[in-house]
Amino acid sequence: MTTDIIIAGVGGQGTVLAGRIISQVAQLAGLDVKVSEIHGMSQRGGSVVTQVRFGEKILSPLVYPGAVNYILAFELLEGLRVAPLLAADGAIIVNDQKLEPVTVLSGRMEYPADAKADIAAVRPQAVFADALALAKEAGTAKAVNLVLLGWLSKQLDFAEELWLDAIAACVKPKFIEINKKAFALGRAL
Amino acid sequence: MEKKLLTGNAAVARGFWEAGGQVVSSYPGTPSTEITECASEYPELYAEWAPNEKVAVEVAIGASISGVRALAAMKHVGVNVAADPLFTVSYTGVNGGLVFISADDPGMFSSQNEQDNRHYARAIKIPAVEPSDSAECLAFTKAALAISEQFDTPVMLRLTTRVAHGQTMVELGERVEAETKPYVKNPQKYVMAPANAKPKHKVVEARMRALEEFAETTELNRVEMADTKMGVICSGAVYNYVKEILPTASVLKLGMPYPLPKQKITDFAAAVDELYVIEELDPFYETIIKSWGIECHGKDIFALEDEILPETIAECLRPGECPFATQTAGIAGRPPVLCPGCPHRATFRVLSRLKVTVLGDIGCYTLAFAPPLAAMDTTVCMGASIGMAHGMEKALGREQSQKTVAVLGESTFIHSGISSLVNAVYNGSAITVMILDNSITAMTGHQPNAGSGKDIHQQPAPELDFAELAKACGVKHVWKVDPFDQDKLTAVVKEALEIPEVCVIVAERPCVLLPGAAQNREMTVVAENCIGCKACLRIGCPALAVRDGLVEINDTQCNGCGLCADVCPRGALRKGDAK
Ligand SMILES: Cc1ncc(C[n+]2csc(CCOP(=O)(O)OP(=O)(O)O)c2C)c(N)n1
Repeated sequence: MTTDIIIAGVGGQGTVLAGRIISQVAQLAGLDVKVSEIHGMSQRGGSVVTQVRFGEKILSPLVYPGAVNYILAFELLEGLRVAPLLAADGAIIVNDQKLEPVTVLSGRMEYPADAKADIAAVRPQAVFADALALAKEAGTAKAVNLVLLGWLSKQLDFAEELWLDAIAACVKPKFIEINKKAFALGRAL
Repeated sequence: MEKKLLTGNAAVARGFWEAGGQVVSSYPGTPSTEITECASEYPELYAEWAPNEKVAVEVAIGASISGVRALAAMKHVGVNVAADPLFTVSYTGVNGGLVFISADDPGMFSSQNEQDNRHYARAIKIPAVEPSDSAECLAFTKAALAISEQFDTPVMLRLTTRVAHGQTMVELGERVEAETKPYVKNPQKYVMAPANAKPKHKVVEARMRALEEFAETTELNRVEMADTKMGVICSGAVYNYVKEILPTASVLKLGMPYPLPKQKITDFAAAVDELYVIEELDPFYETIIKSWGIECHGKDIFALEDEILPETIAECLRPGECPFATQTAGIAGRPPVLCPGCPHRATFRVLSRLKVTVLGDIGCYTLAFAPPLAAMDTTVCMGASIGMAHGMEKALGREQSQKTVAVLGESTFIHSGISSLVNAVYNGSAITVMILDNSITAMTGHQPNAGSGKDIHQQPAPELDFAELAKACGVKHVWKVDPFDQDKLTAVVKEALEIPEVCVIVAERPCVLLPGAAQNREMTVVAENCIGCKACLRIGCPALAVRDGLVEINDTQCNGCGLCADVCPRGALRKGDAK
């Protein structure tokens, strides 16, 4: 059994750390893990996508479109972009935040008038959450990633301790408590 | 032994370290950059950023000839720059193992072309190895060093973006010191004058024949027989997708893309009903295999362009069988943009207003070609801007150079702009050159360069003075300007364009992502002054928006550079003091 996860967002939103924590959990559980992440130009505020696959033995590091089990979308437009990759029975959470790309700001393209409805039209099971508000409640706007991971942890079978250990292993010591709090708020979603 | 999830790049550095490597010299380039960054973290390794790939390879050659194991890493186009020494070190051979990394970029995630560097292995007459995942990155780096020493040849380790940046599990080993082989003066081997190079060419051809035999037996090339209806020849990232999408196919995995094992391939072809060569970009294997009279499918099915993905293989070989994702068409793209507060934005705002022809170059500033700034006319390769401006003047005369500016970053200028500047002065140009000095090689993720005053370990290093360098090249008119001083920069560019001699303007302002570089001014919107004209949006700042006829500043994005306040004709944006 292979589990496929996609993390999609905008450069600088903390998607990389989210991928690192998930792969750490899978490793702690003794599973094979492969991660695919393109960095380079995209760091300059472009779309970023991380693919994580884990299971007994992983062959391709890349997911198959339409067969992805879970998606964490950090932004509405990015959620809309990747939603079709989700399997019909997969689960997706979308942070209810709108970050207009420069193509929209400069008036060349339009931001979808109702991105939520568009996402729901593609994958009706989509869950929306104000992860930014929860992250701020935990103590920092930067912890959107941990809120979304909290939600993901409820969908997967790993013990909560594994997640907490992985957070401790991947986050700077002074941010661990805030991150754990954001994670707990995400679990309660 | 400890297992760790590593990128292919980190695994290459680890493999080099474990193999007792000593010297790494590279120039940054996505997707190869992290190899050298990771290497610099091993205290046993000497690692450095060189000014360009040619120098990096020459440093590695010097180290190899001295008797130690050496490595130079570069992106695919970097091999073009380093091609000169590489073609001849093929003749001299090595002393300590010598490996260079060619990190190709099928799909062009961050490159200006999609060249397939396997052709170089054939043209240079050297072996190439190509790993499929991080564990192989480690193992093949060691194998490449061993092959280099066994066959007295430099070896190319070819990566592609997916392998270089992908993360897979790696079993770590210990470092085994490699003995330093004595350096012995040997002009017949190391002085490639014609008298020595002629016999050496014979040695190279004999070496290739020996390597062809080696290719037949090495474990780098592996046959995995399964169902014999379909046989697939592949390597690198594609191998992983083939295993997943075509689980019943027989596979010949080429860990050594060049030279090819003719017998092994012939036997494999004979053992399967239908042979498929699945390779990204050019029909490199396919052409060679067909030249042996073996029939196979390849580019009749797969495109010459772009990377191959798992779904590409499914779509091409099992049409109708695979569930396909519905695409959401027409949604707004999110391309990378100049960061809020980026000094390049200030420079290009001036150039865009002056409506000059901008012969551009490669770096973060290339992003200024995109609307709304749309302030770059050309981008070819690193350093091309100055030579092209000179050529344009020679073709169209002074009238053209009076409205043309060559623009390049300081890392690009050091890389390959200096000789073009010398050329322009020597051959009597009157071009205007702007060096955008942001103190760092920003595009590739902030590597220090000879102009940064810091070395690869962030330790103090001599700092190249671009104005003095230009003067030493014979440039008589040199300015240093802060691009955020818009009036001064405009005046200087206008003045330079009028002078009928080579002019150099150094636009100095550290990259906004460097610690302490953000200006952090207090920015306020004076709502009653805003007429919703959107003039401010012409600088393409992601922190600005106009909604319902009123400008808005996104506080979490804004770095307080104040450029928008200079742009607004109505004083609706006000810059205060640093916060
Ligand atoms: C031959 C070659 N080597 C490396 C690269 C990768 N690369 C692209 S831009 C760049 C450096 C840009 O630095 P700089 O000129 O200082 O501009 P900045 O990005 O800092 O604005 C590099 C190394 C390349 N495109 N071509």
